[in-house]
Order: sequence, then C-alpha cells, then structure tokens
Amino acid sequence: MITKLTHLCIYVLNQESAYDFYVNKLGFIVHTDAPMGEGVRWLTVSPPEQPELEISLFLVIEGDIFDKETVKTMTALVRKGTFGAAVFTCHDLMATYEELKTKGVVFKKAPTKEFYGYEALFVDDSGNWFSLSQLNP
Amino acid sequence: MEQFEKLYLYKRIVQAKLFIDHHYAEKIDLDNISDQACFSKFHFIRLFKTLYGRTPHNYLLKIRIERSKLLLSQGHCVFDVSQMSGFDSPTSFAAAFKKTTGQAPSVFKERERVRQQDIGSNPFFAIPNCFAETHGWTKSQFLRDDV
Repeated sequence: MITKLTHLCIYVLNQESAYDFYVNKLGFIVHTDAPMGEGVRWLTVSPPEQPELEISLFLVIEGDIFDKETVKTMTALVRKGTFGAAVFTCHDLMATYEELKTKGVVFKKAPTKEFYGYEALFVDDSGNWFSLSQLNP
Repeated sequence: MEQFEKLYLYKRIVQAKLFIDHHYAEKIDLDNISDQACFSKFHFIRLFKTLYGRTPHNYLLKIRIERSKLLLSQGHCVFDVSQMSGFDSPTSFAAAFKKTTGQAPSVFKERERVRQQDIGSNPFFAIPNCFAETHGWTKSQFLRDDV
C-alpha cells in the first residue's frame, strides 16, 4: 500500500527568485540545495511543520526533459497562471493573509468563506497559484 | 464596524509576529511587544496562540532553533550560533536545542556536514531517480571515481 507523499514538483521559471519567494516570503525551510551544473540546482523546500515533504522547485529549462519549443510553451503557461499546484493550510487564514500581503505576496482571491472553512488564492513568483486554507475545526 | 475592529486586531498581532521574525537574534522582551501592540500580556498571548497555534514565547524559541539549525548546517561553531540565534548562553542554547530536536547541536552539525558531503560527492543520494532521469542527469556526470 502507498503510505506517504514525499516529493512534489513545482515548475518555476527562476530558481533564485523561487528560493526567495518560498523561503523568505512563505517561510519554508530549505531541505536540499545541490548544484547540478549549468545554472541548475536540485532545490527542495518543506513547509515549516511538514519537514518530511520535499517540494522540488523544478526549473523549466531546455535539456533532456524540455526541448526549446516546450520551454517556450511551458514558460508561457506557467507565467499565465495555468497551473494550480497545491493546497496549503494555516492556523488562521486572516493573519497569514495579512502577513503575506505585507511581504508582497500577490493574492488572486481574498479570504472567502467556503463549506469546509476559509480559502484564499495566492500566486508565486513564477505564476503558479496555490490555495491557502483554514479548515473548519 | 466589528469587522474593522477585528482586522485592526489582526494587523497588530501580525506586526508583533513580524517583529519577532526580524528581531529574534536580539534580546526580545515579550512584555514589551504586548505593550507596543497595546494589549495586556494575557490578551496578547491568547490572541497570538489563536492565530499561530503557539504562544509568542514558543514561537520565538521555534524561530531561534530553526535559525540555529541553518547556521549549524552552514558550519558555524556552536558558540557563535548561540549568539547569532539570540540565546543567552551556549548552555541554554544547547539545552533548548536538545529538548526541541532530540540531539545536541554538535551532533546535528556533524550529521549535516556528513549529509552535505554525501550530497556534494553524490547528489543522487538526495534526488529521486525519476527526477534525475527526466532532467538527463546521469550518475557518470557527477560521481567521482572514488565514490
């Protein structure tokens, strides 16, 4: 049986600014940061209270995985905000919303009451969007 | 009107939390923070805990421990780390670190050094093969002959 999710991949357009966004703005912890040559790093971060989950900030770059045309398409799609990557939770959405806004994080949806609690949507530095939720007790 | 008051309250607690984030390395008097936020100490602690799931004191400790873990993994000595993370002394730092992480700072530092050395000499220790393959990273590109 499958037991856990250990790695999650988010396509980013610049690993330097992704590092700044996820570590300095969202407050995630760097798990592994290994140079892999030619301006590419194996960079993974973890939510502060979930150190066992590695979120790989995967650079969209021409190479074995993406050819030139795919890089162009992927870059346009990520930047356009096509991909909703994950749902994060917090103790108090209003407080987290205020804090992240103070740090310059862009929200595409302010905290809103939903059936399961409250939800806001924010966008990372590349264009990926995330749900930030506070679940009903 | 009640909503505006609540929002104002939130902003003050968030500012207090950000103050801790920025000044954890200094001597922070939590009484001072509650004063600045115009709350009684009790009210401040209760609201902070509601918003962040832990008391301001516990939060400050968590931030200091996280910072010290980062500094230790960067190779700083235990004495310097205790100072740079805002602990009163290396002794109080070592005790708090062990209580929180279950290991002494020196042990954590050595484990991190070995982990980073392993990753440095063979990054495939840390990268799931599926990701390495899709990137086109092959072991022969990175592994030294003696590994």
